[in-house]
This record gives sequence, C-alpha cells and structure tokens, in this order.
Amino acid sequence: MITRFLWNGMSRNLRLFVLLVLAIGIALPLLNQLMPRTSPFYVPAYVLQLVGKYLCYAALALAVDLVWGFCGILSLGHAAFFALGGYCMGMYLMRQIGTRGVYGNPVLPDFMVFLNYKELPWFWHGFDSFWFAAPMIVIVPSALALALGWFAFRSRVTGVYLSIITQAMTYALLLAFFRNDMGFGGNNGMTDFKDILGFSVQSDATRGVLCFASALALAIFLVISAAVVGSRFGKALTAVRDAESRMRFLGYRVEGYKLFVFVLSAAMAGIAGALYVPQVGIINPSEFAPGNSIEAVLWVAVGGRGTLIGPVVGAFIVNWAKTYLTGALPEVWLFALGALFILVTLFLPKGVVGLWGQIKARRAQPA
Amino acid sequence: MNAPRSTSALLYLSGVTVSFDGFKALNNLSLLVEPGEMRAIIGPNGAGKTTMMDVITGKTRPDEGEVVFDGSADLTKLDEADIATLGIGRKFQKPTVFENHTVRDNLLLALAGIRSWYKLLGAAPTRAENDRLAGILSIIRMEEQQHMLGARLSHGQKQWLEIGMLLAQNPKLLLVDEPVAGMTDVETETTAQVLREVNKNHSVVVVEHDMSFVRALGVKVTVLHEGAMLAEGSLDQVSADPRVVEVYLGR
Repeated sequence: MITRFLWNGMSRNLRLFVLLVLAIGIALPLLNQLMPRTSPFYVPAYVLQLVGKYLCYAALALAVDLVWGFCGILSLGHAAFFALGGYCMGMYLMRQIGTRGVYGNPVLPDFMVFLNYKELPWFWHGFDSFWFAAPMIVIVPSALALALGWFAFRSRVTGVYLSIITQAMTYALLLAFFRNDMGFGGNNGMTDFKDILGFSVQSDATRGVLCFASALALAIFLVISAAVVGSRFGKALTAVRDAESRMRFLGYRVEGYKLFVFVLSAAMAGIAGALYVPQVGIINPSEFAPGNSIEAVLWVAVGGRGTLIGPVVGAFIVNWAKTYLTGALPEVWLFALGALFILVTLFLPKGVVGLWGQIKARRAQPA
Repeated sequence: MNAPRSTSALLYLSGVTVSFDGFKALNNLSLLVEPGEMRAIIGPNGAGKTTMMDVITGKTRPDEGEVVFDGSADLTKLDEADIATLGIGRKFQKPTVFENHTVRDNLLLALAGIRSWYKLLGAAPTRAENDRLAGILSIIRMEEQQHMLGARLSHGQKQWLEIGMLLAQNPKLLLVDEPVAGMTDVETETTAQVLREVNKNHSVVVVEHDMSFVRALGVKVTVLHEGAMLAEGSLDQVSADPRVVEVYLGR
C-alpha cells in the first residue's frame, strides 16, 4: 500500500533513475564475484570501493539538496552530519577489532591503550553491538541538527548568517575531534578495521555488499525525498524557500517545515557517512573540514539544485573528475574545481540536469 | 493593563508607539475599525502607514499600547502565523505570489485549513477544498491559467491571483497596501469595484496614496501624520481640514 503510494509519487524519469542506481548496485558486485579475473567484464574490487564511495557522496549531495534546493537553507556544514554518522560506525568497527589490535587489549581500542586510558569512556559503551550503533548513526546527527535548527530557525536566522553558523559548527567539531582527550582517536581518528557483522571488511564479497547497501540507501533516500517533495508539505516547503514571510502571513509556522527537512537531511547524511567509513577504511577529523561541506554544495550546484537526480549526477561527475585529476594532474585539481564552479554558475544555473531542458527550450524557439 | 480588553470593534488600537533608534514611527496612535467596515488610511510618506500594518500583522512589536482584534485577541502577544490564523490577511504593495508554483497551488497554499507540517505530509486535497478552489478560480477568472507558473503571469494577473489568495484565506479583516500603485485609471477603477465586492463579506483596511482611488471607494478616511492620527471623517471633511491641507501642501 505504502510502497505503491511512494512509487506513484515519482515521475517516470525518477523511477528509471532509481532502478538504474539499484542495477549498478547489484550488477557490479555480481560481475566481481561471478566473472573470472581474465574476463573483460570482471569488475575489480577497487572499482566496487570507488563506486560505493561515490554512492555515499551522492547520498550526501541529495541530503544537501533537500535543504538547499527545496527549502533554501544553504547548509555549509552538512559534512559534519556525514562525519558523525561515520564516527558512530567507526566506533562499532573499532570494538570489533578486539584482541587483534597491536596491543591486544580485548576492550580498549589501540589508541586508548596508547593514550593510557584505564577504562572505556562512558559514551563508548554499547558500540560493541551493531544494533546499538545502527540507531546511533541516525540519532546522533539528527539530534545535533534538531538542536541547531531549533535555535537558529526560531531566532529567524536565515541566509548567509545561517550558512556561517553551520560552517562554524563543522569547524568547531573539527577542532574538538582533533583533541586526544575527546576519546575519538584525535588527529589519527580510527582505522585498521577488521570485521563488520562478522565479515572481513577487506574481502571482495563484503565490499560488494557494502556497495550494494550504498546503492540501496541512495535509492531509498531518492524515494523518500520524492515523496516529501511531491506532497503538499513539499509545496509548502518550496513556497518557504521562495517567499518565507509571505508564508508566515498566510498562517504557516515555517520553523516546523525547516526543522523537519533539516533533521531528515541530517539523518540521511549520517547514514551515508556510516556506509562510507567501512568502504574507505578510516574516519578522522579531516572529514569535518569546512571545505568538505562546501564541496558537497558544489556537487549539488553542478548536478542541478532543486532536482532529485541532479545532486546524484553532480556527485558522480565531480568526484570522478577529482579521482582522475588528482591522480593524473594533481596540481590542476583545485583550479579545475574553481573553474567548474564559475562555469556552472554562469552557464548552467540549473546544473547538468537542467542543461537538457535548456537545449529543448532553445530548439523549440524559432531560430 | 494585562487583563484582556474586550471591545465591540473588530480592530482596536490604543496608544500604540513604535520607535526605531529613537525615531517614533508610530506615536500614541489610536484607531477603531468596526466589523464590516471599509477604511481608507492616507498620509504623506513616513506617516507610519506601513509600520501600522506591521504592528497589526505581528511583524513589529509595539513599544507601548494595545492592539486588540475581534473583541479580545491581544495581537501584541502573537506572531504572524497566529495572527493570520485568527483571520487577518495582508496584501502587499508589490504583488507577491509564489513564482515557482502554479496558480492552483498558490491558491491551495493560501486556502484556510491545514497549516501544520506533519499534517500536510500525508494530506491530499479534499473534495471540499477542490470545490473552493474551483469557486475562487472562477471569481478571479483564471481557470484557464490554473496550471501556469506564477512567474509567467502578467502584473495584472498576479494582482488577481493575490486577491484570489486572500479570498482563499477567508480572513475577517483584510489589510491592503497601496493596491493601485502602477495601475492605469481603468485598472484603478476596477480594483475599487473589486474591493467593494470583497467588503460585502470582509472588513477591509486600505492604505493608499491615490486620492482619486480613495474618492472612488467612498469610505471613511483616517489621515496619519508623523505616526499619529491627524484627522478622521469622509474624504470631503478631511480635505477641508486646514491641518491636513498643511501636511499635504504646506511644506
């Protein structure tokens, strides 16, 4: 019943796109497992890892677009929610190492032994269980978003001021997580993960499952976002984006609308971060770096703000270019990124996805 | 002072003072609007007309004074959303419709009814709502444009749509800020007719510069000057008042 409701809420293009995302998530791991290594269709494990990473970035971009593209909240701190989800997963993975660590301590992770911790800090309790860590991945980023949004939206902090606050939030977390006595591994963060749910994080099969899980999460986020944006709530949401005070004079309490999407978006970012960490094998404070959040906004702008397909496409294009250029011409990457941003702002106000519409509109006009 | 005052007037302002950095935008302003009345507010630039609208709609909090709506609601304690729900609609000088929404969705958003976000998540338009939308679309003569985006409407069509949105909101009191700015004489006359039509079911407060429009409305006029009421009465009475003449022509 609900699935049919969600499915009917999507446009035909979006349905095809969701199926495409799922197909990639199923096909790549299968080709990796079933094809012999000599076959031209064999997908090496590093491709699984790379695509899995991009899928997580795409989910983060979708989360940014939900607040920025549809509600006009330009969050420059969304990577913080991503990183918090990642840290929750990292804590679970650290506890799974057990006695296989360098110091062989059955309870304390290596960095705690190294820093002379006598016992596990209280906030680490429970993270040895996946079924405790999994809800935390959603709860921790959502709670931060709820607290920040509650105060900011109630005080009617909007526009560039809100962007600055979100940027300050992620920078404050960056500084906090750098400290050794915070109990999150300080500068080095957490790494050397061994198992997830009893399966080795290094094995090709686990990588395949993680890649599929990332695709599935992205597909679910797309369906949820489409349902939210396509509902009457979504109409009110874009109206808040376009004319906030008009909505207030119509009797809408816009804080509730903003807070709901902000928290939903933070939860999505947190899940994306949690799927990202086992695939890249490390989580450290640099994930909180302000530049990361700004880059995520850039993916949305490149792909197409205010569309659901755009942020996914943008995240793949920009990150593929980043992977390629930082390998081939490392000194060029930042210039290319800057140039891309200028070009998109000048010529593609609706992003790559909007380009198709622009071309069609131009063809329709008599020459 | 804190006891809720009850009054038979629809809108009651008493001793309202608002100052911005020492400048008194409103200075001990008092005003009464009766149920069913249409009132025109005139006054030179800076007389406090827009600030008065801001105070009534909850955008600005007065430093002193009472603002009471519909007998007993103290507007100084409520925010914009509460006040709109109580039944005060506001039309801005510049037509503000939602540009990325269709005409129909603009009206749907304005329609009196669900305002809370969690109820709207699962709500589909009811048959009663669709009927009301159809009625309003026919009143403003925009059935054919109902699926057009707000951004693609002409200036006149936007004005019509905004009036439709006010009708959808179904307020007890309508505040209308300079409705005929930038209109031709014919359009001005039409707008006066529309407002008289709206006044049959709603109380209206119109702020306007245009004297011929105020004359066409033919209602009681309040003259504001330097944040306070200068004169009140029919347009002929107030234009005969030497103080009003001095304010408008003297300096």
